[in-house]
Amino acid sequence: MPKQDEIKYTKTHEWIFVEGENATIGISEHAQGEMGDVVFVELPKMDQKLEKEKPCAVVESVKSAFDIYAAASGDVTAINDKLDGDPALINTSSLEDGWMYKIKLSNPDELKDLMDFTAYQEFIKQSA
Amino acid sequence: MNQNIMQDDSALGIEKSIEGRRAIRFNKIEDDSLSLDIPNNLLRKTKPYLPQLSELDAVRHFTRLSRRSFSLDTHFYPLGSCTMKYNPKINEDISMFEGFANLHPLAMDSCAQGTLEMLYDAEKILCEICGMDAMTLQPAAGAHSEFTGALVAKAYFEKKGESQRTEIIVPDSAHGTNPATAVMLGFKTVNIKSTSDGQIDLEALKAAISDKTAILMLTVPNTLGIFEFNIEEITRIAHEAGALVYMDGANFNALMGIIKPGKFGIDIMHLNMHKTFSTPHGGGGPGAGSIGVNKLLEEFLPYPRVIKENNEFKIKTDYPNSIGKIKAYFGNVGVLLKAYAYLLMHSKETLGETARNAIINANYLLKKLKKNYPAYCEDYCMHECVLTPSKELTSNKVKTLDIGKRLLDYGFHAPTVYFPLIVHEAIMIEPTETESKETMDLFVEAMEKIFEEGKTNPEIVKAAPHSLSVKRLDEVAAARKPNIKWDISDTAKQLGSATETKKEECAK
Amino acid sequence: MFISNTKKQQDEMLKEIGVSSFEELIKKIPAKYLNSDFNISEKPLTEVEAHRKFSELSAKNQKVLNFVGAGAYERYTPSAVKHIAERGEFLTAYTPYQAEASQGLLQTIYEYQSQICALFDMEVSNASVYDGASALGEAVRACARITSKKKILYPKSLNPQYLTTLKTYFGNSSEYTFEAIEHSGGKIDIASLKNKLDENTACVIAQSPNFFGTLEDMREISDLAHEKGALFTAVTDPMSLALVNPPGSYNADFAVAEGQSLGLPLNYGGPYLGIFTCKKAHIRQMPGRLVSMTTDTEGKRGFVLTLQAREQHIRRDKAASNICSNEALCALMATIYMTLLGPEGMKEAAEANAFNTRYALKELLAIDGITLKFDNPFFNEFVVDFPNHPCELRKKIIKEDGIDIGLPLKKLYPDMENSLLVCATETKTKEDIDKLTAALRRNL
Repeated sequence: MPKQDEIKYTKTHEWIFVEGENATIGISEHAQGEMGDVVFVELPKMDQKLEKEKPCAVVESVKSAFDIYAAASGDVTAINDKLDGDPALINTSSLEDGWMYKIKLSNPDELKDLMDFTAYQEFIKQSA
Repeated sequence: MNQNIMQDDSALGIEKSIEGRRAIRFNKIEDDSLSLDIPNNLLRKTKPYLPQLSELDAVRHFTRLSRRSFSLDTHFYPLGSCTMKYNPKINEDISMFEGFANLHPLAMDSCAQGTLEMLYDAEKILCEICGMDAMTLQPAAGAHSEFTGALVAKAYFEKKGESQRTEIIVPDSAHGTNPATAVMLGFKTVNIKSTSDGQIDLEALKAAISDKTAILMLTVPNTLGIFEFNIEEITRIAHEAGALVYMDGANFNALMGIIKPGKFGIDIMHLNMHKTFSTPHGGGGPGAGSIGVNKLLEEFLPYPRVIKENNEFKIKTDYPNSIGKIKAYFGNVGVLLKAYAYLLMHSKETLGETARNAIINANYLLKKLKKNYPAYCEDYCMHECVLTPSKELTSNKVKTLDIGKRLLDYGFHAPTVYFPLIVHEAIMIEPTETESKETMDLFVEAMEKIFEEGKTNPEIVKAAPHSLSVKRLDEVAAARKPNIKWDISDTAKQLGSATETKKEECAK
Repeated sequence: MFISNTKKQQDEMLKEIGVSSFEELIKKIPAKYLNSDFNISEKPLTEVEAHRKFSELSAKNQKVLNFVGAGAYERYTPSAVKHIAERGEFLTAYTPYQAEASQGLLQTIYEYQSQICALFDMEVSNASVYDGASALGEAVRACARITSKKKILYPKSLNPQYLTTLKTYFGNSSEYTFEAIEHSGGKIDIASLKNKLDENTACVIAQSPNFFGTLEDMREISDLAHEKGALFTAVTDPMSLALVNPPGSYNADFAVAEGQSLGLPLNYGGPYLGIFTCKKAHIRQMPGRLVSMTTDTEGKRGFVLTLQAREQHIRRDKAASNICSNEALCALMATIYMTLLGPEGMKEAAEANAFNTRYALKELLAIDGITLKFDNPFFNEFVVDFPNHPCELRKKIIKEDGIDIGLPLKKLYPDMENSLLVCATETKTKEDIDKLTAALRRNL
């Protein structure tokens, strides 16, 4: 599990964990709580080119559907197949088993705009 | 077989099945020279897994099921946006007259004069009521009408050489079908915000509208139950920008006999026969739609259309600029008959009286309820009102959903909940003109009781319903692992060995 | 009409609301729009008058002994179907969004889905769409979304009503191409299919029984489509499936049909029943409502609408379709119909169709001048050729004998100038068919 201080957050509540030129993305603990019981996850396709802040996945609860925006630009290198059979992983383990997809970053400079954990907590408080 | 299965109200037809039991039979012509002569590779190899019941078993099965559903005939059904008004029984009788029910859609016009006359006349009456120039009755439902209307607009702009108009402006309070329709036809939806009193924000509209706008799609009165007071200005802005104004007529029950949308600049509108004109909802359908348009758009309407020539009604299909057909044959004619009966049983005066009473009833409920369920808009409403749970309830974590479920215990269907989306915890109530003051007073009483319970004993509200055949259902499990049909192995598991034998027989 | 409150009550309510007149409630509406004049009858009909009016109107439709099919089939509706479907509890309910108060209705939809899946041998059926033609439109749209391809192949033997509806469903957009597969002798021409089918094909459509009544070899077509990476959409007739191989057996991705065939009245074209089925893999691209079995908080069996986040009321501009109202009551009628008939009754009904039609064909071919157009396996419809264009003949026999002999095909297929499509369903007797042949004999 990545440590809290290694993770960055977007304003649309995705987290991103960067290791070199690769990154793993999921949705934040706060966001999964707001969504309620996740019943379905639609992931990006392998090799899909993602553009930062463009919708790239969907998370569904019983009565809602949430767009998930690309946390950074890059090519999809892995997707979490387990979510297909067990979407509840988003609820039970948002930062670990509930990861959504991995990308090879195409523009690491973009990461500068993202928030660290403290800033993200502050952001949540302010938007409430 | 499990002895209790015939008494078990949630037992499936297939679980009541007994091998060899029969109901309806058919004879075939006895003629030794005839054979089925279908090659073996095209024949079905296994029997379909359908129930085997006697007619009594089947009738009892479905009759018992019917008793486990709320309906308008049994309960007050204040479902906002759905216009659950009384469905006159005569509609049902006349639509089943043999002359109508047995008419083949490809019958020659000379054999269909009665039905064609009905379609022709219904179009005329609806044009009058709406102030539109032409009408098609082909769409099967409201959303299907929207699709048709948007396609008509698309054809209009293409012919005009303005196919750069690829956007549809939709207020954020709109029905979900509006944006879904736009996208089906390759339009981009542009959402505009409503003001706090539920009106279209004129500044937002001006900012959004451009030479890319094809249609401004409005619901009048809007989904908050409020008339767009600036309608004149709104249609002017749209028309100046060269766009068409589409009116979702889902809420036309508030207007008919009082206001003609054609008068305030609507170019295209649809009607839902199953709302305004009293045809039953049938548990989700069939409905019937229609599109009214102004003169400029008439040539694009779907074919076929009914015309009258030398006192004879005819089907005409030759409309070179028509968008085409949106449905096989003509439309939901059986439903249109019911709507037509309703129309003929009204005059201008009584249609207006209908709308007036729909408005009075909604305002009565609004007035009686808003103390403990604050209204989203301060104004008087039209045919429906949007309320919210008060602080006393929300602070006890009693949600709109819970209030709706608790109402079921008190013998009322729930209002529409969580719509429109712009209202947090919306409770949308539409009593319609056919409900009596006494019924509404009982409803108010129930809402007050729920308010008290929510304050003092919130758990009873949160766990509701308590009095129905099932408690709250696990929708999460259903969505994660849908069980959407019976299959042989499941029923075998539930019923034990009795079905095991059946399984083998079926596999034979 | 149908308003409950008396004038006195209305006044009391206005007083309670705090206004002195109704007009105060709508005073913000610009006055110039109010009281618009319009011209409809001043005198509303009473119920007894309405009943009379509609009896007369229905009598203006000429009753005929009908041998027209062509996608809508005269069926016997069992009395039990009518009586149950007319129960107010089903008839006047709304979409079962409040599951706990709609268990009966939800269960009937679950049983509908189950029976349709059983008959079609498919994994998923939704709760219905408008009709067979719109079901095809929705299915092919789903194929285009799934494959991200834009070329659609349809057979010339497809019901022409379906074809025009299909094109309209794509917004008449030039972005998509629709190419016709030729038929040879009333069947899909496999060479033509192979010729047009390529890696850019989103979907191959085939219909069996096709518009001419021919049973196609769907397995072969389905396999060819899949070899090129296209999806296969089958159009069929549910009644035929009691006898012929169901779409699941030939690996259809989507299978749609006009469900009117399951005991629904003709009603001049609607309301009908759009049957929509697919493979489980495509469930998220399926339009419309779906019911799932589940349990309540005490573990008791119950039913709910499910996968709603695909639908327009939640997904809005990202929904799989805009459909909201469906044909629930028609689906209920079909459910009761299939329950009453069961596997044996369905087979008997299908056989009655097949044998009536075979008898009609045998008798027609015994008439000089009538010849069989296509010699293919068929279910309950066939095409015969006449010495001349049969349109005048049709008119004459309707007028003189009250018999509609079938559908002349010239308008739909200009190269079939003298052809007639004939169908004899289970509603016909040997005597009826003998009347048809006698009338034809007299006039040829």
